[in-house]
Amino acid sequence: MAAVVDTLRLTAEDALGLVKRREISPAELHAAYLDAIGERDGELHAYLRTCEQPSGESIPIALKDVISTKGVETTAGSKILSGYVPVFDATVAARCKAAGLTLLGKTNTDEFAMGSSTENSAWGPSRNPWDPTLVPGGSGGGTSAAVSAGLAPWGLGSDTGGSIKQPSALCGNVGLRPTYGTVSRYGVVAFASSLDQVGPVAKTVRDVALLYSIIAGRDPLDSTTVELPEPVELPAGERLDGLRIGVPKQIESLAAIEMGVRSAFEHALELARDLGAELGECDLPTSYRYGMPCYYLIAPAEASSNLARYDGARFGPRSEAATYREMVERTRDEGFGPEPKRRIMLGTYALSAGYFDAFYGQAQKVRTLLIQEHREALSRFDVIATPTSPTVAFPLGDKAADPLAMYACDLLTIPSCLAGLPGLSIPCGLSDGLPVGLQLLGAQFGENTLFRAGQVLEQAIGFDTVPERLR
Amino acid sequence: MTWEPVIGLEIHVQLKTRTKMFCRCAAGFGAGENTQTCPVCLGFPGALPVVNRRAVEWAVLLGLALGCEIPGQAVFSRKNYFYPDLPKGYQISQYDLPSCVNGNMILPTASGDRVIGIVRAHLEEDAAKTVHVGGRSGRIGGADVSLVDYNRGGTPLVEIVTAPDLRSADEAKRFLQLLRQTIVELGLSDAEMEKGTLRVDANVSVRPSGSDELRTRTEIKNMNSFNFIARGIEAEVERQVAVWEAGGEVRQETYDFDAASGTLTARRAKEAADDYRYFLPESPAARIRRIEPALDLERATVLVTGGLDRLWDETVAAGADGVAAANVIANALVGAGVEIDAVAPAELARLVEARDRIPRAALDEAIVKLAEPGFSADPYVAQEAVSDTSELEPIVDAILAANPGQVGAYRGGKEGLLGYFVGQVMKETQGRANARVVSELVRSKLEL
Repeated sequence: MAAVVDTLRLTAEDALGLVKRREISPAELHAAYLDAIGERDGELHAYLRTCEQPSGESIPIALKDVISTKGVETTAGSKILSGYVPVFDATVAARCKAAGLTLLGKTNTDEFAMGSSTENSAWGPSRNPWDPTLVPGGSGGGTSAAVSAGLAPWGLGSDTGGSIKQPSALCGNVGLRPTYGTVSRYGVVAFASSLDQVGPVAKTVRDVALLYSIIAGRDPLDSTTVELPEPVELPAGERLDGLRIGVPKQIESLAAIEMGVRSAFEHALELARDLGAELGECDLPTSYRYGMPCYYLIAPAEASSNLARYDGARFGPRSEAATYREMVERTRDEGFGPEPKRRIMLGTYALSAGYFDAFYGQAQKVRTLLIQEHREALSRFDVIATPTSPTVAFPLGDKAADPLAMYACDLLTIPSCLAGLPGLSIPCGLSDGLPVGLQLLGAQFGENTLFRAGQVLEQAIGFDTVPERLR
Repeated sequence: MTWEPVIGLEIHVQLKTRTKMFCRCAAGFGAGENTQTCPVCLGFPGALPVVNRRAVEWAVLLGLALGCEIPGQAVFSRKNYFYPDLPKGYQISQYDLPSCVNGNMILPTASGDRVIGIVRAHLEEDAAKTVHVGGRSGRIGGADVSLVDYNRGGTPLVEIVTAPDLRSADEAKRFLQLLRQTIVELGLSDAEMEKGTLRVDANVSVRPSGSDELRTRTEIKNMNSFNFIARGIEAEVERQVAVWEAGGEVRQETYDFDAASGTLTARRAKEAADDYRYFLPESPAARIRRIEPALDLERATVLVTGGLDRLWDETVAAGADGVAAANVIANALVGAGVEIDAVAPAELARLVEARDRIPRAALDEAIVKLAEPGFSADPYVAQEAVSDTSELEPIVDAILAANPGQVGAYRGGKEGLLGYFVGQVMKETQGRANARVVSELVRSKLEL
């Protein structure tokens, strides 16, 4: 008889311990999560599909559906990839396999990771385990909802402008968007190549650090990757003495930040000061003024090119038509949902002859300014702290009809993504019973610093990651 | 008014690297359709390109051979368009920052060296091969079925763009022959037009002789041999001159050259084993100029652009006469399809030296066998033809005595029978007689 495990509370680290000490077999653990999925995922729809048989000798993992998994359908939340079964593993999937991790299933995502609520999934939205009438955030709402509801010990997401950090904040889990170039994107369905990053989502900072150590490092198949300059350290500290934390002075005047979010954030800062951190003010004027418009030129421009390959010719469904051109047009018209279409149009326009300099070219210059002002701030501080999301989870349908309101969800996560910098979101309290995320941004390759700071704060905050209604 | 053609060329060269430009699939001909493919060159979701190091090195090598500057940074960009031969929906190509810029190539001509500017040479990936079945011939519009073979997709190409410095169809052809030879000798490509490993588009305009204006140009595509390129350019130059002279305007258009009818149709809308040390050999142009004094420009050009001049050099060094060696190599060896690189120059030199003294049949046989391993000229030179009349005379006499009827006919005016008698003598001597000597001997006897 298998040990009874409470998947709601079980961390990946603890699960690894159980398996290592043979208190539970990988198959029993896998089955326990499948049971939990059977029990709760009907309501949450975190998974698009699950794997019934465990494939490894260690603990399970959930992978966002933009990550190619050999032999397991991978749709990126889009009808245009319906039925597409990759013949190869993404490098991150292969590294998980090599570490013995068992694929539990593929988690829901906004179509091609475009969205902040998972409502743009062609397969229907996911729901927030803290309140199923609310969104889990996005685009990685599936992974975050699964981790939060005990449907996976941990998972991988992808983050272009906040798709790991924002749903982690809204679902009350820990998520890392790593430094650009530290994790391979080979086999990860591309959205915006100069921004896309793969990263871990889990219940604790230590789990996130552990999973990061499994997936990070140079991959010969992704020429943008590098070896980590230093090995990943599993954090185990108690104090923040000497840690310099900068808070952007623009945060105070950003009206978009809800009161409850603001007070949880400020509470976290006070705890940090009590633990020995030195707090100060930094200045990121361009980031909050132009970060979003800059992002919404660069990301759609790159998406318009990356999504050109979905033509019905070689994989995925094909809409039959009399000519090649009609076949491509119909396949794309019927296969893409409204948000990819919107971004393809925006991006194609921004890249078109005569507009390139005014839009994409100008956005790249702004991006250079963002990189410079982050570098300047991080020369004086070890970590920059902001709320992760200006709001807590919002009701399904609330922003679905207003793309600009939806885009504003990523106001605080976007600038550091444009700068290629790592960001860690940890839960820092509740606002009206819903999780609030604290975003810690670091210098390039500063993950260990973020892990140390995050883990000490996590201990001090003592956030209960299990949604109240499931306790 | 006389008119001057202004011609620039865009040349695509398929590099013969072992693998493709951005993946590890084998590059090359002959495999079954769509067998040399992988997620990268098929553009599957999430697949990423990794640059072929050798292709970059070769592009730089070619750039150096063309006198180009090699910038410290080259950047690959995406050229987006939808077509079934382009699996990603874009072609990866160097755009504003190519590997090679600002070069030139010397073109030796009868009126001196011409300097042809090389604007740039850049790397890109080739498209897949498409076949459109049914409908309007060869076009995707209206085709019943379009078939795509992705084996070629992703093969490395270098695109070379010349300045509009060429002034005649013949000059364009000569330039291409020289460029091709340069590429082949560097070992970068087979550069064969019929295989499509060398593809050329020409940009053509005309202007009044002596002016330096640049008028509207047209582009000619689909020319698959050097001769067709020359003919296509000539036809386009004539067409444009006629348009201007009739008071019209040349419009910017793209034409396909149809070799069969000679007409233009406007379009509707083995890799060296791990050796990174490359040396730049003497350029073909320089070699033409070097060997020209011993021959003439025409012969020198034929030898160099035919890849024959190394053998010529060595054969001459082994003692052969320059002109004779050039003639034997460019005519007899090429005509017999001899594998030039396998020929032993010293043996060839002996044959060239003895060519007038050995029987024709023996010389022909020797040439066919020249490239065989261990070939020796000894047995052929030993058959040195019998030219000694005292040895031949009795044989001739015997033949004439045995054919009184033919002798009478000859003397009656049928002089064509001379060949018959010579043939009989050759037969009798088993081909060892010197035909010229026999011929003289027979004639002198019959005309007594």
